[in-house]
Amino acid sequence: MEQFFQPQDLRAIAPELALTVFGLGLLVLDLIVPDKRKLGYWALAGVASAAILLFLNRNLDAATAYGGQVVVDPFADYFKLMFLLATGLTVGLSMRYLDVEGEQHGEYYALLLFAVMGMMFMAGGADMVTLYIGLETMAIATYVLVGFLRRRPRSNEASIKYFLLGAFSSGVLLYGMSLLYGISGSTNLVEIADALSRRGADPVSLIAMITVSAGMFFKIGAVPFHQWTPDAYEGAPTSVTAFMSVAVKAASFAMLLRIFLIGIGPLREQWVPVLAAVAVTTITLGNIAALRQTNVKRLLAYSSISHAGFVLLGLIAGNRTGMVAVVLYLFIYTFMNLGAWGVVVALRRGNVIGENVEDLNGLYSRNPVAAVAMLIFMLSLAGIPPTAGFIAKYHLFAAVIETGHVNVAVVAALNVAIGLYYYMRLVVAMFMAEPSEAGSVGFSRGVTSVLVITLALTILIGVYPDWFINLAQDATATLPVF
Amino acid sequence: MNFLDLLYLIPLFPLAGFAVNGLFGKRLGPGFVNAVGCGSALLAFVFSCLAVLQLVEQEEPFHTNTVFTWLDAGSALTADGLLAEFSINWAFYLDPLSAVMVLFVTGIGFLIHVYSIGYMAGEDGYYRFFAYLNLFMFSMLTLILGSNYLMMFIGWEGVGLCSYLLIGYYIARQSAGDAAKKAFVANRVGDWGLSIGVMLIFFTFGTLEFTGVRAALADGVESGAFVAGDAVFLAIGIALFIGACGKSAQIPLYVWLPDAMEGPTPVSALIHAATMVTAGVYMLARSNFLYQMSPEAMMVVAVVGAATALLAATIALVQNDIKKVLAYSTVSQLGYMVLAVGVGAFATGIFHVFTHALFKALLFLGAGSVIHAMHHEQDMRKMGGLKDKIPVTFWTMAIGTVAIAGIPPLAGFFSKDEILYLTLTGGHPVLYAVGLFVAGLTAFYMFRMLFMTFFGESRADPDVHPHESPRVMTVPLIILAVGSITAGWIGLPAWTPDFIAAENHFEHFLEPVFEFETAGGAAAESAAVEEDHTLEEVLLALLSVAVAGIGILTAFTMYYRASDRPRRLAERWKTAYALLANKYYVDEIYDTVWVNGVKAAGTGLWRVDARVVDGGVNGSARLTVESALGSRWWDRWIVDGAVRFIGGFVDTLSWPVRLIQTGHAQNYALLMVLGVLILIGYVLW
Repeated sequence: MEQFFQPQDLRAIAPELALTVFGLGLLVLDLIVPDKRKLGYWALAGVASAAILLFLNRNLDAATAYGGQVVVDPFADYFKLMFLLATGLTVGLSMRYLDVEGEQHGEYYALLLFAVMGMMFMAGGADMVTLYIGLETMAIATYVLVGFLRRRPRSNEASIKYFLLGAFSSGVLLYGMSLLYGISGSTNLVEIADALSRRGADPVSLIAMITVSAGMFFKIGAVPFHQWTPDAYEGAPTSVTAFMSVAVKAASFAMLLRIFLIGIGPLREQWVPVLAAVAVTTITLGNIAALRQTNVKRLLAYSSISHAGFVLLGLIAGNRTGMVAVVLYLFIYTFMNLGAWGVVVALRRGNVIGENVEDLNGLYSRNPVAAVAMLIFMLSLAGIPPTAGFIAKYHLFAAVIETGHVNVAVVAALNVAIGLYYYMRLVVAMFMAEPSEAGSVGFSRGVTSVLVITLALTILIGVYPDWFINLAQDATATLPVF
Repeated sequence: MNFLDLLYLIPLFPLAGFAVNGLFGKRLGPGFVNAVGCGSALLAFVFSCLAVLQLVEQEEPFHTNTVFTWLDAGSALTADGLLAEFSINWAFYLDPLSAVMVLFVTGIGFLIHVYSIGYMAGEDGYYRFFAYLNLFMFSMLTLILGSNYLMMFIGWEGVGLCSYLLIGYYIARQSAGDAAKKAFVANRVGDWGLSIGVMLIFFTFGTLEFTGVRAALADGVESGAFVAGDAVFLAIGIALFIGACGKSAQIPLYVWLPDAMEGPTPVSALIHAATMVTAGVYMLARSNFLYQMSPEAMMVVAVVGAATALLAATIALVQNDIKKVLAYSTVSQLGYMVLAVGVGAFATGIFHVFTHALFKALLFLGAGSVIHAMHHEQDMRKMGGLKDKIPVTFWTMAIGTVAIAGIPPLAGFFSKDEILYLTLTGGHPVLYAVGLFVAGLTAFYMFRMLFMTFFGESRADPDVHPHESPRVMTVPLIILAVGSITAGWIGLPAWTPDFIAAENHFEHFLEPVFEFETAGGAAAESAAVEEDHTLEEVLLALLSVAVAGIGILTAFTMYYRASDRPRRLAERWKTAYALLANKYYVDEIYDTVWVNGVKAAGTGLWRVDARVVDGGVNGSARLTVESALGSRWWDRWIVDGAVRFIGGFVDTLSWPVRLIQTGHAQNYALLMVLGVLILIGYVLW
């Protein structure tokens, strides 16, 4: 048997190591640097160095490290890139926002970096133990971030709820994982798959499959494991909500894809109907609940639930197009959603909480650029061309129709219309309602750069998606398809 | 440098100009706006010239410049039951047809940009005007240079948008806004037809590339899969033609073009005379191989073209607004072009597009110069005697008038006469007679305009002192006048003595575009070509010159000097005059049938609603308060209509969803357990 630890294994996890070093450094610097806002730049430097290491590691494709616990493949790289971009943008959103909330602390940035480090192991883990530890590293950091507004009871409540339910779902997930270990005698996903295909779909495998799925469904916020989402999203600092709705969600999907496609891949025939039922319910329920929300954060929370349902459609299709659609959708969703959250973050100033739909009233006359940007994000979230959101939905629908799941496609298409209704409610408020207060709304430099980047990508991918489709194709080339 | 691979730059220059002027023009002032606006048009012209020169050098005069794959949407089912890749390239295509179009669009476009410096000086939103003008150039060049129907469609929509923006340029004027909306709506009807046509093309051939469709059609003809006269070609032909009717102002969608004169005069010259309105003709010529497969569709095209030419020419006889005369004249000339396409004379149709662009741009710019001189007076009854006061404008407009009237050796004669000749030899004597008659009408109303404007006594208000326009406006006029004289010489007819021109250069240049064998038709054609028709052609040419002469003479006797002859004629033919002066009441009919029809339908539906609701309210008023509340509930949903109803219906669905969102973590956990149990139950049973 080969030695468990090889020195070159360190190289495979170099980006994760960099994030850890910068995160720990932040904790020390927090004691020294008086202007805490500067720490945001340190966090950005950490993200940037991780990105550079990730880039230097691109030739390691399909290498495994730590005796097969960690794998470096284009799939993992794609997700890691996405996490780093999302984190960089989140830092941009946070720097002034934390000042406004009066909670500018170095721990915030350190926790972000630790969470990303966990996510990267979720994307690159090939073993249930690695995946689970990655998941918990991310989750625990996120629990704290949700409760970061110490003086606000709502933030505390959200954090506790999220933590309790998260712990509960982890229990369910671990139960499933232990059953899988019992079946296969291994924690390695490939070996689990081998054991399952030999064994077939007997009750124990099925219960293992369902419990593992339930744990993952909780993380991506699928019905009926979604209920923490609106409460946690509403209570958390808005910048953290933005982070959770894109990065945390994408990381959970990365892990879900590995488990479903490799670990319990042999049970595909059994999990497709489950997934189809969950996906359709998730899309519909998320959308319907969003219709009546008067709080923008809750509205976007339900919208993110329904988007998670959409992403599952690609997994149901399960063919090459479906896989491309899933990762492309997550990539596009990251930017259009961060952009929309960016506008919400920007509205939080002084006494204005900026969370109610009325707070958007007349935004067009107060800051036309922001209103038009928000309009484009809303169109993109609704899936209207020529925005990126259309490209994302288009590929999903194409995949589902190609594989003959027409019923699912019809329900999803109807839901696009419902979605348009509530996204347009925000647009109506911005463009047609009278402003509830006078004066223009100015944006900080960080928020402005986030909006520019996300807007540019939302339009660019919508008009010229080829490059990003190629990227998604490369990322999914090594995934098994059915 | 290989300029053929830089084709993509040609539309990019004006797009950049649009971006720069649109974003910074207001701050940087008119000098900067002029430099960017005109400079980008000039660059586009220079690059077009260089690219066309290199194209002519090539053995095969075709070049595709693919920039990137734009849409790659996977496979789609087509008519033959096979899957075709729906993959659209962002690509530009230069062949003799697009070469001709791109040269005059950029050339005339540049001149009109320059002219606008003088004409628009001091207007509000000067930068906005130039930004839109540049955006128009970008869209038009995309339309012409696009290598597939989808890119053409994008340009097509883009020019429509710019047309809308520029017609409504004087935003403070109600009539300008109305005209802009009218143009937009009429074009929408056309665009609907075009999009159906494009979809049918993909469904039939599995591609949208011009070259691909042509090759697929040729293969199909060879293998017998496609036969001339198939219903699908009729359907495609008619659908595309509906699009052309919108853009090129043919019956029944021409009504927007005369109203479009609400825009500034350079816009009328560039968009509504020289370039955009010919897009329909370009599209028909581009699709020539499809039309050659459907004689019925061609017949429809020819008849509509001739009818439009006649209708518009008769209306133009009695218009008093100088721009309205030119507008109806444009509609009429577009009718000629469409007629040419309909009788299969594609090259000649494009030839007329080209010559018409020169002399009609000249006439419009001249009219703009007159309006400028007359302090924005457009009524010819208040002009007269301007000949000596604005001599450059007079002489250049006179050249334009002679050119459009069809007097050799000016440009209009050659292209128009060729259309008439090919209409007759194509076996359409009735259409030929209509065309000949319209030629006479054209000469009449154009000279009427010339005489009313420039000759006789001045009828202007005494406080109007006409002055010649600045050099920046007259130089473009002179250049266009030279073009209007000489442009016809590149397409001299077959009867010209050989020592002047051995062949029709223009048609020879375009030949490779329009060569398409529909199996069977080719043999008969080659037999016809061999015979010598010189004598007939000369006689027919003389005939059309004579008809034009009669038109001019009539105008001379009626309008050269002030006389009451026009008035007496109008009184004697009172009904006919009223019919023409009111443009056959087409606007009123459309208003009644379409606008009021739709409104009436809406009102009718509302009445039904109101009655049902009223009945409900009255009835329930006698009942208890609860049922009255119920009826009010119904009231709300019925009156607000089905959309709101469905919205509300779905809306109420969200109630149970919110009901389970209690906010208690233990409830959430319970639901999660239930969820796991249900899922386990589901997979185990």
